[in-house]
Amino acid sequence: MKRGRLSTGQFAVFGSAWIVICFLVLPLFVVVPVSLTPERFLSLPSGEISFTHYRELLEDASWRRSALDSAIVAFSSSFLAIALGTSAAIGCWRLSSTAGEAIRILMLTPMIVPSIVHALGMYRVWAEFGLLDTYPGLIIAYAMKGIPYVVVSVSVALANFDLRLEQAARSLGAAPFQAVRLTLLPNIWPGAVAGGILSFAIAWDEIVVALFLTRRAIYTLPRKIWDGIQDNVSPTIAAIGVILICATICAVLLKILWDRWSARRFGHAT
Amino acid sequence: MRSTSETEGLTVYLAMALIPACVLCIFYIYPLLRILIISFTEPSVGFGNYVDIASSSVIRKVIGTTLWICSLSTLVALFFGYLLSYAILHASPGWQRWMVTAVLLSFWVSILIRAFAWIALLQTRGIVNEAMQSIGLTDAPVQLIRNQIGVVIGMVHYLIPTAVMPLLASMRNIDDRYVMAARGLGSSPFHAFRKIYFPLTLPGVFSAGILVFIFSIGFYVTPALLGGGRVTMLAEYIAVQVSHTLAWGQGTALAASILAMVLILLIVMARIANFKKMFGAVK
Repeated sequence: MKRGRLSTGQFAVFGSAWIVICFLVLPLFVVVPVSLTPERFLSLPSGEISFTHYRELLEDASWRRSALDSAIVAFSSSFLAIALGTSAAIGCWRLSSTAGEAIRILMLTPMIVPSIVHALGMYRVWAEFGLLDTYPGLIIAYAMKGIPYVVVSVSVALANFDLRLEQAARSLGAAPFQAVRLTLLPNIWPGAVAGGILSFAIAWDEIVVALFLTRRAIYTLPRKIWDGIQDNVSPTIAAIGVILICATICAVLLKILWDRWSARRFGHAT
Repeated sequence: MRSTSETEGLTVYLAMALIPACVLCIFYIYPLLRILIISFTEPSVGFGNYVDIASSSVIRKVIGTTLWICSLSTLVALFFGYLLSYAILHASPGWQRWMVTAVLLSFWVSILIRAFAWIALLQTRGIVNEAMQSIGLTDAPVQLIRNQIGVVIGMVHYLIPTAVMPLLASMRNIDDRYVMAARGLGSSPFHAFRKIYFPLTLPGVFSAGILVFIFSIGFYVTPALLGGGRVTMLAEYIAVQVSHTLAWGQGTALAASILAMVLILLIVMARIANFKKMFGAVK
C-alpha cells in the first residue's frame, strides 16, 4: 500500500475505524472527571475539583478489605489454574492424539459455558460440599474458570518446543519428572505465566459466580462495586474505576513490553 | 530396559493429564450435570419444567427480548468489528500497534466499571443528555438507560473487542494478492472488495458472529445494570428465579436450555471454521 496519500475509500475506512476506537476508549475516561466532583451524586465538577471520594476510598476499611479479598482469591486461583492447566497441557501433548485431544477439549469447556450456568450449578454443589462463602470455595471456582486459558497458552508454547530435547534428557538417564522439569519447564513457563495472568484478570473481575457463592465472609472488590452501583450510584465508584483503569493501562503496556521481550528471548509471542 | 522406561514415562504423562481432568470433572462438570438433573427432578420428576418454559408467556417474552438484543448487538458489533479489523490489518505498523493497544485496553477494563461509565454518560442528567440539550438537539432529557438502547450500547461496547480478535485472526490468513489481481484486471477498489475480499472473509465473519452471540447470550452484568430492571434478559431472569422465588426447577431448565443452545452453536461453528485456529492455534 502506498503511504502518505489515501484514496477517499481508504480515508472513509480509517476515519470510521478511529471513530469506533474512540467509542471503545473514550467512555472509559468519563470516570476521571466524575471522580473529582465535590458532590455526593454522579456529576461533573463545575469549577471546583475535590479528592473527597479518593479519601473515602482510602479511609473506608471495607474497601481495603475487599481489595485484599480479591487479591487473595485471584492470586490463589491463578496459581491453582497454572498448576492444573500446565500439567494437563503437557500430559495431553504427549498422550496419543485422540485421548489427549479429548481431555484437552474437556479442559476447555469452562471457556465457553456462560457464567450464569456454572454459577447456578456450583451454588448447589458447593452447598453440599460445605464450600459456600469460603475462600477455598471461591478459589476453586475461579481456578476452574482459569484452567482453559492456561491450557491454551501452554499448548501454544509446547507446539514450539523441540521434543528431541526431552528425549535427549531421558536417554541420558533423566527420570520422566526430571526430564520435564529440566527441559520442558524452562521453555514453556512464559506460556504458563501468560495463561496465569489471564486467569488472574478473570478472577479479579468476576461477579456472577461471586454473587452466587459468597455472602458475607468473602466480599470481593467486584461484589463491593456491584452493590455500590445497585444501592446508591456514588462518585466513589468512579474513583475506584479510575484506579482500576490506570492499573489496566499499566498491565496492557507491560504486556506489550513482555511480548517484545519474549519474542526476542523465546522466538514466539506468548 | 528401554521399553519399561517408555511405559513409565507414559504413565507419568497420563497422570499429568488425568489428575487435572478429574479435578475439573468434580468441581466443574459435576455442577453442570447437577443443573441438568435438577431441571428434570424438581419440583417433580419429568419434563414439567421444560413444558412450563414453552407455555409461559413471561418466559417467552424474556427469551424474545434476549434473542432480539443479542442478535442486534452481535450484528452491530460484527459490522464495527469488521471495519476495525480491516483498518488494523491495512494500517502501517506504527498505527497498527496503537489501534491494537486501544482495543486491548477497552477489552481489559473491568466490565463493571464499563457499565458504570455508561451509566454516568447516559443517565437523564448524564453527560450525553446535558450535551445534547446545550447544543439544542433536544429540549428535555432523553431516556437512554433503563431501556433497550442502553443495554445495546453497553453490550456492543463489550462485544466489539470480542469480535475483533477472531476477525483479525481469520483476515490475516487471506492472501491480498487476489484483490491485487482483481485490481490489476481493472476492477474498482470497492468492486474488488465486494467480489473478492468480502466473500473470502465470510467463514471468519460467521464464526466470529457465533462466538460473539454465544458470549452475549449469557450476559448478566451489562443488561442488569443498564437495563435497570426494565429489560430482563435470560441470565438475570434465572438469577431472580433462583434467589427470590426459589424456583430451582425452572431456573435450571432455562440454564440447561442456554447450555444446549451454546453447544448447538459451537457444533455449527466447528463445521464452518477451523476450531484450533479460533482458539489461538492449540496445536
